[in-house]
Amino acid sequence: MTSQVSSPAGQADEASEALVGGQRAPRSDHAGAGEKEIRRLDRVIIRFAGDSGDGMQLTGDRFTSETASFGNDLSTLPNFPAEIRAPAGTLPGVSSFQLHFADHDILTPGDAPNVLVAMNPAALKANIGDVPRGAEIIVNTDEFTKRPMAKVGYETSPLEDGSLDGYNVHPVPLTTLTIEALKEFGLSRKEAERSKNMFALGLLSWMYHRPTEGTEAFLRAKFAKKPQIAEANVTAFRAGWNFGETTEDFAVSYEVAPASQAFPAGTYRNISGNLALSYGLIAASRQADLPLYLGSYPITPASDILHELSRHKNFGVRTFQAEDEIAGIGAALGAAFGGSLAVTTTSGPGVALKSETIGLAVSLELPLIVIDIQRGGPSTGLPTKTEQADLLQAMYGRNGEAPVPIVAPRTPADCFDAALDAARIALTYRTPVFLLSDGYLANGSEPWKIPETDELPDLRVRLASGPNHQLADGTAVFWPYKRDPHTLARPWAVPGTPGLEHRIGGIEKQDGSGNISYDPANHDLMVRTRQAKIDGIEVPDLQVDDPDQARTLVLGWGSTYGPITAAVRRLRAAGQPIAQAHLRNLNPFPKNLGEALGRYDKVIVPEMNLGQLATLIRAKYLVDAHSHNQVNGMPFKAEQLATALKEAIDA
Amino acid sequence: MPDTNQLLHLVPKAEAKQSMKDFKSDQEVRWCPGCGDYAVLAAVQSFMPELGLAKENIVFVSGIGCSSRFPYYMNTYGMHSIHGRAPAIATGLASSRRDLSVWVVTGDGDALSIGGNHLIHALRRNVNLKILLFNNRIYGLTKGQYSPTSEIGKITKSTPMGSLDAPFNPVSLAIGAEATFVARTIDSDRKHLTSVLRAAADHPGTALVEIYQNCNIFNDGAFEALKDKDRAQDAVIRLEHGQPIRFGADNDKGVVRDPATGDLRVVTVTEENASEILVHDAHSPSPTTAFALSRLADPDTLHQTPIGVLRDVDRPVYDTLMADQLDTAVEQKGKGDLAALLAGNDNWTVAG
Repeated sequence: MTSQVSSPAGQADEASEALVGGQRAPRSDHAGAGEKEIRRLDRVIIRFAGDSGDGMQLTGDRFTSETASFGNDLSTLPNFPAEIRAPAGTLPGVSSFQLHFADHDILTPGDAPNVLVAMNPAALKANIGDVPRGAEIIVNTDEFTKRPMAKVGYETSPLEDGSLDGYNVHPVPLTTLTIEALKEFGLSRKEAERSKNMFALGLLSWMYHRPTEGTEAFLRAKFAKKPQIAEANVTAFRAGWNFGETTEDFAVSYEVAPASQAFPAGTYRNISGNLALSYGLIAASRQADLPLYLGSYPITPASDILHELSRHKNFGVRTFQAEDEIAGIGAALGAAFGGSLAVTTTSGPGVALKSETIGLAVSLELPLIVIDIQRGGPSTGLPTKTEQADLLQAMYGRNGEAPVPIVAPRTPADCFDAALDAARIALTYRTPVFLLSDGYLANGSEPWKIPETDELPDLRVRLASGPNHQLADGTAVFWPYKRDPHTLARPWAVPGTPGLEHRIGGIEKQDGSGNISYDPANHDLMVRTRQAKIDGIEVPDLQVDDPDQARTLVLGWGSTYGPITAAVRRLRAAGQPIAQAHLRNLNPFPKNLGEALGRYDKVIVPEMNLGQLATLIRAKYLVDAHSHNQVNGMPFKAEQLATALKEAIDA
Repeated sequence: MPDTNQLLHLVPKAEAKQSMKDFKSDQEVRWCPGCGDYAVLAAVQSFMPELGLAKENIVFVSGIGCSSRFPYYMNTYGMHSIHGRAPAIATGLASSRRDLSVWVVTGDGDALSIGGNHLIHALRRNVNLKILLFNNRIYGLTKGQYSPTSEIGKITKSTPMGSLDAPFNPVSLAIGAEATFVARTIDSDRKHLTSVLRAAADHPGTALVEIYQNCNIFNDGAFEALKDKDRAQDAVIRLEHGQPIRFGADNDKGVVRDPATGDLRVVTVTEENASEILVHDAHSPSPTTAFALSRLADPDTLHQTPIGVLRDVDRPVYDTLMADQLDTAVEQKGKGDLAALLAGNDNWTVAG
């Protein structure tokens, strides 16, 4: 959930992120005899970590779902290896899921966990560096035997050698307890063991007073065809809960009240970026009254959009899993020619392969949405990690002068609106459009205020239906490249329309008639016209948030919105004025961007690349923008970013 | 002739009688004088009225190369796309618009070199496309490099000491790629070319038509053995479904199956062996004999080249299956309700 940066409540609350590591001051509400103490917290960061096969993503998803339905604001950060099953018990095989939830508006998945659940020694070793002293660590002691510890280089047990003395460690034999709880089910040891993640989930659900009905219903639905497995999981989940309730090691449980102040009235759900993007495309199809066609080739982290859209054929959605990236966009472009709202989804390496077809779409001037869920590069890079280093590829990665509009969502839920905006631009201006999301937005989630469908934008287009030009001899003809004088868009005449038969292609066309033309002056005109069309796209003005008349502006784009805003809140709470602005449209830039930049002595651009937006800003506006860069595959941490911004301000 | 392609009923019919000139665009044809492409263009333009489809529902999609200029000369909808990608683009168009008759025009470089992947996948999916592959065994538009169908040892600008790679046989390739319709014809034989176009148009699903086409500038006479009146009778095997496979000056040669190897071979027909001559069965579910026939030709001399429809079998069409799934989804779940989708099953309400 994201709200205006300068909200006073927000400032105070985000400032408190600086306290990460210590739970908030205990407030003993019910510490009567025989009852366990309940402390009230305003926010918590939990990280579940285990082996790739331990089901940590599912555990995190369920905890998130419970938390969302409870009404907390939340933000999540799944983090997993590219290998489906890396060798068990090794550091590269560790998969984790971090969840930040609060009784107020929050912006990031949190810098450092207050609670780490470590299912094995590898999970502990891989994550302990992020866990501040004083935090709680729940470890599965069953896995802390000689071999698993040796595998990750623990010569002595960290549970016994004092190295965890600064932490509040809860040693729990999760595996043994799970097997014991399931002994009535007659499962093999191996089968029973697999439910240990649900035991852990049950324990955490008790600790944080999460509702449990949702998870039980979910498990019964998920294993509907294997009722025994469903009941085993429910039993493990309840056993975990009861373990927390009865054992003395867990003396305290915590309440985080619903974030009622953070949410305007409405109906909410939790949503990930890729799901929001999928829904945005379906909504755009409905609003445009055009069938949706997705041509795609599986690639991490974009495949979930293909999966999701393929489930909604009853919306008239056609999904085509092509033989390669090139065919994916090729089929989409063919469908666009035929009058579909056409989309292709991919990640950076796929964009490289699609470049030539994007150039063709620029030349054909057909609507096409190209979705790039960015990941670490170059080449195969880091498939499951996040980065925003495809901006210049989207901007310039084609032969010839081939301008393409670019939109970028800022949060997971914002992917819905970004998809509608990309569709608006593509359909209005008859052009391919880049939508640049990234791995962090794609897999991260947050509460989303479900929009009223009758408030969605009208995206209907007028297809060409008759001649649009008169020849000197009076003949009425159809000219496929005769443009709308305001938008410079060319008419979209779909096959099946009588009298408008025409041929288009990648060869340069005569202005107006669209016939092949090698005329030098015409080429110059067409190149400039295509550029002018993109430059003239209407995009909203940039909003600058500057309550304190600051002298420094921090400018971001894409998924850095959360961390930048959290960092800005910290600085302001500490009395440091700073202005903030975030770009949705990267091509063309908002018309007031140059003027906005000019009002500040300093402009700082944090990016998860080596300064790509900064390069564009410097080139276009001659502004001496300062880059702050991080390319470690992870989102910025708010505290580190606040420090970096402060240093840049003081420099 | 019987209209066997039920899918053609999805394409609106022309309201008035059409003629060849209805299909000629106003663009000046710019192939080299004497190019075999002219003959193919004329054959297609004169065949189209026979189909009787509304011309606004016909689309020609091409890639890059000399043949790929074809769409500019057809007064239908058309797209001259990029090198090798026409089958992919046409797949998106055909699978989203079943009311269109979609034709792909490509060449040996476009379809078999840069676009080989898209070609084989279109064939295996059986998308409702008619693919005309102009094979001149050379790169014409880039001025004369060897192509993936050039004979081994070909001397060209890029291979002054002779090309090193073995050529593709497009018909063999298509059969191996699960094609449901594969035919071969020759640019200069208007009647045969038209009959093959007719059979292709009648086929529901992907039809691959290889057209031997003369490039008189960079590979002149490449198919002369099949065109020269005297030599052709011994070189060309005309396949007709249901007929014994015989050819030669006096129809004295025939194709038999060698019982020892199972392979096909050519024999001189005698009274004794006349009954052993294979009868061509284009509709055979097994592609084995069609493949064996495609291998009869000598890749260097082109002797014993079968032309006509080698394979023509029914298999579910991709576009139909895709449309059926959409219908089934609506039957099972009802027409999509956006508000219900967005609300999901797991939401909560914050009161104002």
